[in-house]
Amino acid sequence: MTDPMRIRANVVGDSTEVKVLMNHEMETGQRKDAQGTAIPAWFIQSVSATYNGKTVLSAQWGPAVAKNPFVSFKFKGGAKGEKVQITWTDNRGEKRTDEATIS
Amino acid sequence: MNRQRRKVLKTGGGATLLTLLAAAGWLRSADAQAADDWNKAAFEAKTMDETMKSLGGGAAAQSKDITFVSTPDIAENGAVVPIGITSSIPGTASIAILIEKNPNMLAANFDIPPGTDPSITTRVKMGQSSNVYALVKADGKYYVASKEIKVTLGGCGG
Repeated sequence: MTDPMRIRANVVGDSTEVKVLMNHEMETGQRKDAQGTAIPAWFIQSVSATYNGKTVLSAQWGPAVAKNPFVSFKFKGGAKGEKVQITWTDNRGEKRTDEATIS
Repeated sequence: MNRQRRKVLKTGGGATLLTLLAAAGWLRSADAQAADDWNKAAFEAKTMDETMKSLGGGAAAQSKDITFVSTPDIAENGAVVPIGITSSIPGTASIAILIEKNPNMLAANFDIPPGTDPSITTRVKMGQSSNVYALVKADGKYYVASKEIKVTLGGCGG
């Protein structure tokens, strides 16, 4: 069960600004449920963004990144109509890739 | 930072820990860290020294070229604390966010390839008021800047 990301990519001057909002629980593994049993950790471990087959950002995350993670960054280049892809992988091995058109 | 602890880590303790980690196969050299290769040791480290070691770095120099942008002094909700870090150090290759009083210090490590602005914004969880460190790797050297963020409602409780 993975929900789509919301990605916005805009040309700003000679760069492209990318804003990503991912849908993920980001459970830390520190919390307990009502019965007192620990809720297992479930979080995104790695994220990468590619543009034209080139990686423009990659990241490794721990469980301390907030629920429904948000990231924004900027890279040089990019033109309207081109695509940016974002992929994440979580600690259960689930993977999701979404694509956005630069506007 | 606990000075005595640092001293201990610097002398005997540090070496033993390193050997242990190496024996467990947890230590990886910095260049072996591929994007998909999650650095378990770094994310499980509980102190600044351990985190630095598992990231493959030595001591970090204080730098005024790292700035926190759109980062609050007081966070109302520790579950969602916006952190923005901009580095003006030439050759910035990675930016890591470390939160001193979280169970594990390292929150996130971003690799910045050439052509990408050394400036990122994200949101993290904070268990309590703490110093937040921005650790920047540039040209193989480490630089650090810190900011204290007060949290009025913790984000790691049950």
